[in-house]
Amino acid sequence: MGKEKVGDLLQGTLDMLVLKVLTSGPKHGYAIAELIHQRSDEVLRVEEGALYPALHRLELQGWLASEWGTSENNRRAKFYRLTTAGRSYMVKERDHWSRLAAAVARVMETA
Amino acid sequence: MFPPFLNLRLRVKAMIRRRQLDRDLEEELSFHLSLREASYRASGAAPDEARAAAQRNFGNRTAFQEACRDMWTFVSIENLLQDLRYALRQLAASPGFASIAILTIALGIGATTAIYSVVDATLLHPLPYPQPEQLVRIQEDFPGVGAYDVRLSVPEWKDFQSSGIFQYVSPERSGSVNLTGSSQPARIQFKSVAPNYFTLLAVKPELGRVFHPDDPTPGFNLEAVISDGLWKREFGADPHILGRSLRLDNDVYFVVGVLPPDFHDQGRTTEIRNTEIWAACGFSSVLLPPRTRSSRVLRTAIARLKPGLTLETAQSRMDALVASLQKQFPADYPPESAWSAHLVPLGETVVGKVRQPLLLMMGAVALVLLIGCVNVANLLLARATARGREMAVRQALGAPRVQLIRQLLTESLLLSMLGGIAGLAILFSTSKLLLQIIPTTLPRLNDISISWTVLLFAFGISVLAAAFFGLAPALQATRIDPIHVLRQEGRGSKGSRSQTWTLSALVVTEFALSLVLLIAAGLLLRSFWDLYSVRLGFDPGNVMAMSVWLPSPNDPATDIYGSPDQEARLIREILRRGRSLPGVTEIAAGTQEAIPLNHDKNPVAFVLEESSTRSDLPHQAQWANVTPDYFHLLGMPLLQGRLFTEFDVEKAPRVAVVNEAFARTWWPDQNPLGKRLRLSQPGRADSSWATVVGVVTDARTETLEDTRTPQIYLSSWQRTDKDLALFLRGRLDPAKLPEQVRDMVQSLDHELPVFGAKSLPDVVSGSLAQRRFSLEMVLLFALTALLLAGIGVYGTISYIVSERTREIGIRIALGAQRKTILHMVLGRGLALALFGTAVGLAGAWIVSHLMAALLYGVSPSDPLTFISLTVVLIMVALAACYIPAHRAMRVDPSVALREG
Repeated sequence: MGKEKVGDLLQGTLDMLVLKVLTSGPKHGYAIAELIHQRSDEVLRVEEGALYPALHRLELQGWLASEWGTSENNRRAKFYRLTTAGRSYMVKERDHWSRLAAAVARVMETA
Repeated sequence: MFPPFLNLRLRVKAMIRRRQLDRDLEEELSFHLSLREASYRASGAAPDEARAAAQRNFGNRTAFQEACRDMWTFVSIENLLQDLRYALRQLAASPGFASIAILTIALGIGATTAIYSVVDATLLHPLPYPQPEQLVRIQEDFPGVGAYDVRLSVPEWKDFQSSGIFQYVSPERSGSVNLTGSSQPARIQFKSVAPNYFTLLAVKPELGRVFHPDDPTPGFNLEAVISDGLWKREFGADPHILGRSLRLDNDVYFVVGVLPPDFHDQGRTTEIRNTEIWAACGFSSVLLPPRTRSSRVLRTAIARLKPGLTLETAQSRMDALVASLQKQFPADYPPESAWSAHLVPLGETVVGKVRQPLLLMMGAVALVLLIGCVNVANLLLARATARGREMAVRQALGAPRVQLIRQLLTESLLLSMLGGIAGLAILFSTSKLLLQIIPTTLPRLNDISISWTVLLFAFGISVLAAAFFGLAPALQATRIDPIHVLRQEGRGSKGSRSQTWTLSALVVTEFALSLVLLIAAGLLLRSFWDLYSVRLGFDPGNVMAMSVWLPSPNDPATDIYGSPDQEARLIREILRRGRSLPGVTEIAAGTQEAIPLNHDKNPVAFVLEESSTRSDLPHQAQWANVTPDYFHLLGMPLLQGRLFTEFDVEKAPRVAVVNEAFARTWWPDQNPLGKRLRLSQPGRADSSWATVVGVVTDARTETLEDTRTPQIYLSSWQRTDKDLALFLRGRLDPAKLPEQVRDMVQSLDHELPVFGAKSLPDVVSGSLAQRRFSLEMVLLFALTALLLAGIGVYGTISYIVSERTREIGIRIALGAQRKTILHMVLGRGLALALFGTAVGLAGAWIVSHLMAALLYGVSPSDPLTFISLTVVLIMVALAACYIPAHRAMRVDPSVALREG
């Protein structure tokens, strides 16, 4: 993949958020977007559509599985669910992120 | 870029169910949007506002949807399929262009693949045995005395065998034997080998077993292995053949094994490769010649290297062995003889003489393919002009240039693949015919087939061809300025300068390649003609030769033709009776080597009395036994002394006749008459000193190419060589004579096989078969190339004329002479032809020197050939230009200007 750009970092972060949100059970895309939005106290604002390429990519990578089901308002909707592989990947990413965030925080405080 | 092979299963499924994928994506995204819209409305927004806000918030929906879809599908394959569909439609839209292009490519690829299939079987896989790279032939030379490829001695064989360099070493001696006991005595090609021979070649029998590699029998072990062909032909594929006895030259052998049908022996000649009976021999029996180092009785030896040993390492260890043997036996290997032993890859022995002609043919056919490609490129370029508008529109609509190039290349690839398939179809349907025109002297003829490697080759060159003829037109066609093109009404683009330039360059290339081929063919034709009309030095007209071979049993006591007198009695009786056969005016006999041009060079070593200090070192010459009438029958005049007479018999002093070349080589400036020589055949009572009594003129009896082969003739009455040849001259009936001769001979001894009837004129032309084949092929390719080049220049000039119709119209309207127009166009064609010719002459000069070894009697830079064919090519160019030039001359200015 070569050089890591800002976009890659953000993409990776979005992936992690999606995976994290799904730990509490299967959800459709809208619910995921809403949850990320709420939990970040409305700080993280992405174009909502950008969520979908991420979801499909995660599915192809095998971190997520999907199936069609019925939503709360009785419409056909695609539900995503975390796979075992996705769960361990998420844990790894989370730890990585924590270390990175802590390191950044330390630098910012001491400098 | 998304990893292309991730989650292949899911993606393949998605690709198959594309519609489903699209519907699902659509539904998933609109579900999201509708929920968002609903949430905005719930917080009090107006319906329109809510929808707009939801969409704004979502971002570029189409882009996201496409991003998702691309993830699921194989973008490149989808594109390829789309390009292919489009390409097919394009080709279908212009069937004329498509069929000409496909046919051109089909011929090129078909011919190239045909020649390649021959090359693949003969040059690339000459040895049909496991690990062929380990197989070598041991060639001994005495360069110090000018003797090459001499025979080996038994002690040398044992030394090589125990040297640690080889797994196995097997001498081999080829010949033929009389197989008696079946309906008709037959002469069968036979090889005596060491017991390890088949183990060495790693051949498994189809039935029974091969020889035990460590069989210690000193002489013949009386076991025979036979070929599948002989088993089926002579024994009706009898499943109980094992243990059956065979009478070979009056000796009884037992069949122990039958080889598989696809087994072919290795060797220098077609006869040897078609060996049908093998017997194992220890080469150490008391009945065989003594086993000294200087008694070189083993014609040749093959060996299999120890695994892991490279040819170079093996050769250096061999050199060391030779050096130590030389020290150990200085009497047998005097330093001035410079004895050496070379390890020659066995494949080279088999391929030998056919390598160069085959490579030449491969080169020629590749040139034809190249020219075909150039022609198709020309067609594509002309088409690109017609499609200029299409390209401009597509570019204006935002198609990237890369995509257009990809599209055009896909079209080329499709053309080329269709051409390749058509070519293979032609090849498959004509392969029987093609195999018939290949001379039978080609090694591994039976193994030529359209195998997977050949198919792969055809596929490979199709792709290459597509790249070759497709790339330039594709680059050219897409290098356009859409605004410029679209602004012009009606017609496609005006041929740009660079386009005309590319076309011209292609035509020049075509001319150059054609001239190379033409000159190569011309030189071959002259060589062939020179050889065909060469003064033979003997007269083959109205002469037929037949073979009668006497048995040579392993035990001399059982040989009823064991002494020269016994054999002479039989031959005299055959000659006496033969003279009264219908049509026969003259009859003579000799050994097989006396049949002109009928055998591979098989020189025999001889010793001269006067240089007896070197008596153990072989001088070599051709040798044949003949009866007195032989020279007169073949019209070979006597120069000096006398010919053989009826009195040169066993009891009389031994005599020899030599040819001029022999006398000149060994006794320059001396009278050869009265000199003495003997053949180096230790242990043979009949090879004592013979006095030269006569000299005959040189004749091309060995090869047509060379007159100066030293030749020794000995009197048939004084020798007991078993391989008889009969010569009959007269008004003979080739259909009846063989039967008459056979009946006559078998009335004397019914166990003698009489076979191999041939007319000498056929033998002479047969010896040219391989040359004729390469000549015919190269000539065919050259004429094809000439035709293609003619079509090429015609097309290009026509194109240039049609592009300039308006200009020509203006010129004529302004008062230009029509003749001037004609000259202008012809001049253009001529310029192309001259330029191509100049390049071609340089190429032809290089090629002709590379193929110098295939030429005879003509210099590789023969001015006559070069000049005359250049003129021919230019004439063809002018003829091809004349039609468009004439059309240009007839341009009606009013029409041209109105249409332009």
